[in-house]
Amino acid sequence: MSQPAETNQAKQLEFVTLVAGGQNFCIEITQIREIRRWTPVTILPHSPHHVLGVINLRGAVIPIVDLAAKLGFEKITPTERHVIIITAIEERIVGLLVESVSEILGVSADMVRETPRSPEDATTRAILGVIPVGDDMTKVINLTALMPSAEQAAA
Amino acid sequence: MAADGSILDVFFEECEDLIVALTEGLVEMRDGNADDETVNAVFRAVHSIKGAAGAFALDELVGFAHKFETVLDEVRSHRLETDDTLLRVLQRAGDILADLVEAARDSIPANRDQVDPVLADLQSFLGAEDAPEEEFVFEAMTLDFGEPDDAAGFKVCFKPTRDFYASGHDPLLLISAVQDLGEAKVTVDTSELPEHYSDFNWEEGYLSWKIDVTGVQSDLPILDIFQFVDDLCDLKVTAIDDDAPSAPIIDLPDLEAEPQPEPDVFAPEAVSSQQVALTTPEQKKDENKDKPAKRPATTLRVDPERVDRLINAVGELIINQSVISQRLQEAELPNSSELFADLDDYKLLAREIQEGVMAIRAQPVKPLFQRMLRIAREAADATGKNVELVTEGEATEVDKTVVERLADPLTHMIRNAIDHGIEKPEDRSKAGKSAQGQLRLSASQRSGSIVIEIADDGAGLNRPRIRDIAVEKGLIPDDAQLSDQEIDHLLFAPGFSTASEVTNLSGRGVGMDVVKTAITALGGRVAITTNPGHGTTFSITLPLTLAVMDGMIINIGGQTMVVPISSILETIRPAAADLSKIGLRSELLRIRGEYVPIIDLSERLGHPDESKPMTDRVLLLIQTETVPQCALAVDDIFDQRQVVVKSMQGNYGQINGISGATILGDGKIALIIDPDAIAIGTATNPVTSSTFEGEQPHVAAC
Repeated sequence: MSQPAETNQAKQLEFVTLVAGGQNFCIEITQIREIRRWTPVTILPHSPHHVLGVINLRGAVIPIVDLAAKLGFEKITPTERHVIIITAIEERIVGLLVESVSEILGVSADMVRETPRSPEDATTRAILGVIPVGDDMTKVINLTALMPSAEQAAA
Repeated sequence: MAADGSILDVFFEECEDLIVALTEGLVEMRDGNADDETVNAVFRAVHSIKGAAGAFALDELVGFAHKFETVLDEVRSHRLETDDTLLRVLQRAGDILADLVEAARDSIPANRDQVDPVLADLQSFLGAEDAPEEEFVFEAMTLDFGEPDDAAGFKVCFKPTRDFYASGHDPLLLISAVQDLGEAKVTVDTSELPEHYSDFNWEEGYLSWKIDVTGVQSDLPILDIFQFVDDLCDLKVTAIDDDAPSAPIIDLPDLEAEPQPEPDVFAPEAVSSQQVALTTPEQKKDENKDKPAKRPATTLRVDPERVDRLINAVGELIINQSVISQRLQEAELPNSSELFADLDDYKLLAREIQEGVMAIRAQPVKPLFQRMLRIAREAADATGKNVELVTEGEATEVDKTVVERLADPLTHMIRNAIDHGIEKPEDRSKAGKSAQGQLRLSASQRSGSIVIEIADDGAGLNRPRIRDIAVEKGLIPDDAQLSDQEIDHLLFAPGFSTASEVTNLSGRGVGMDVVKTAITALGGRVAITTNPGHGTTFSITLPLTLAVMDGMIINIGGQTMVVPISSILETIRPAAADLSKIGLRSELLRIRGEYVPIIDLSERLGHPDESKPMTDRVLLLIQTETVPQCALAVDDIFDQRQVVVKSMQGNYGQINGISGATILGDGKIALIIDPDAIAIGTATNPVTSSTFEGEQPHVAAC
């Protein structure tokens, strides 16, 4: 597992920045397989509200999760302009629906600051760290914590 | 160590094949239709295991195999009469050998309590004359049995091929190894050398050697020397002995020349038995009709992962083909367009490739059945019953995964049949049956499914007792009205056991329950038919492959889904008169005088749609083990076609009521309904995958 916060000081890391629920987030580029335009999904029965359904990605059945809804924001109403980020979380492939993808951010590992532990909030627990960008900052999403596999969740 | 490990893996894989060959041969010997070649095959199998085990210093295995081999050698040279006692010992020795191989693989110490008595039994056949053999020490190169033999020596013709040199072998080493065996006269044949040096190709092997070795009793040590280069040279080992009638003697050693103790993909036994058939007409009559089936086919070892990848790719090809055909239809080309003809060809080719690829995964059930022979033997010994297991349809091919996952359920069922089904010999005699019970294990293909049957000729199910026990164990209420079939199915209920006391064999009350779960997991079904006094038959019906199935494409609330054809009995467009309300919302369908519950599929899947009246929908009459019959209400039926099954488990998780997904012609995903789960399940059971559950930190809004 390549979690940026644990990597060496001098190491150069790259993140893809995105917008979900009107806020800036980023995901380490090594966890991203590809970025696609929104395509209609096949709805799954009995699925939680943040799971939109599944799509066919070259023969693989990939679940699509509304990242905003998963993080506790308002649900996204997907249109053609929305983007799906296909991520590899350990062995699993999961698509994340986001509002937009902005750029690739190259920073050295020591730029990633620990998440300030402000009053504990559900969303902040899925944040691995923050990176200052100009006047603003972006938050690194901890995908493994956000979507643990069945075994991890059971443990 | 890693390299060592992988060689060991190959060794154990080969051992498995050899043990199959061994078991096969022993069964033939038991049935009394064994010829010399069978005994030879058994002998070679044991010898090969010993040889390879020696290289890995698996001493226990080597020691046992050696003793076993020695007895077999006595048998094949007709110095030991094969009688029932001997055969029984040989069978047990075969079992023990398999155990030892397994123990060696798992690096656990062998169970000496089991091994030693068999060793002693084997020894008893060898008697005192075997004394010198006690000093046997395993050496890979010079294997001498020290047993008296008529052959004074052997003539070895050895011609290395070009590859022999290319692989870096040195003929000198091999020849001097032969010389170490006994007195050897070596002559080199230079006749093939080109006349002019300009024609001389330095990579070519022009030389061949003739070696006359004397003072060697068996050809095995010679073959052992050449075993690693067997496919790199032309090798002929013939006995220098012309006392006996000429024809068989010349052919038999010939036959010995082919097999190399190291098993390899070229299946030497097959070649040699064919050669015998070709060269000696006298032996032809022994080559009975099932000989070709027995011969192990030339095989290729492939990593199953590669095959799976290929299967996946072919699945994609099929889907891609239907995508193209759908696109073409949308393009509204003129019907005369040659594209359609080409597309049809493409379709055919794709199907052909698919079938071919599926066939790679298919495996005969034979090895599985052979394991059952042993299970039956042990179960019969443990219960003191006399049971014969007859197997049929061993050549039936089933998907590899199915074969692997059937082993445990079959073991349970065989044990159960012997423990509970077949009566004790004295009871059988009283009932006017032969003292020996018969258990028939058969496999056959029936219209897209594989049917495996386990039939015993025992007492049949004791329904009143089954019912009493079920009541006693609280599985059913005291006053339950059950049909015979329902009573039979109580056997599969968790925690059911008919044996009044728990035997060490079966009767822990988990068996049949586990059996059913395992078979259902394979997409199969178990059925019981019983005839009191005459026996019980369990039939397992399995899909041919796990990757493709026939499905009915349906529409539910705008979503396309697939229902497996195998569970659909018929489709009905209900008339208002056939429907009647029961309770608040449930409806019943009357069909041929029976009332069948209707399950609204959209409601069961969590998207209730009340707007459409039942008469506007289509009902699929389905049958499952748990619910005799029920009707699934769907909005529409589109089509019936083969679909490629994709698992949902990897990336998402199990969904109640859904067994998987497939990709349709338009590239969209359609979910495959699991009729069983739908029929039993309640609509309240959500996803079991916690990944997407809301129990994470951020359940927050919404």
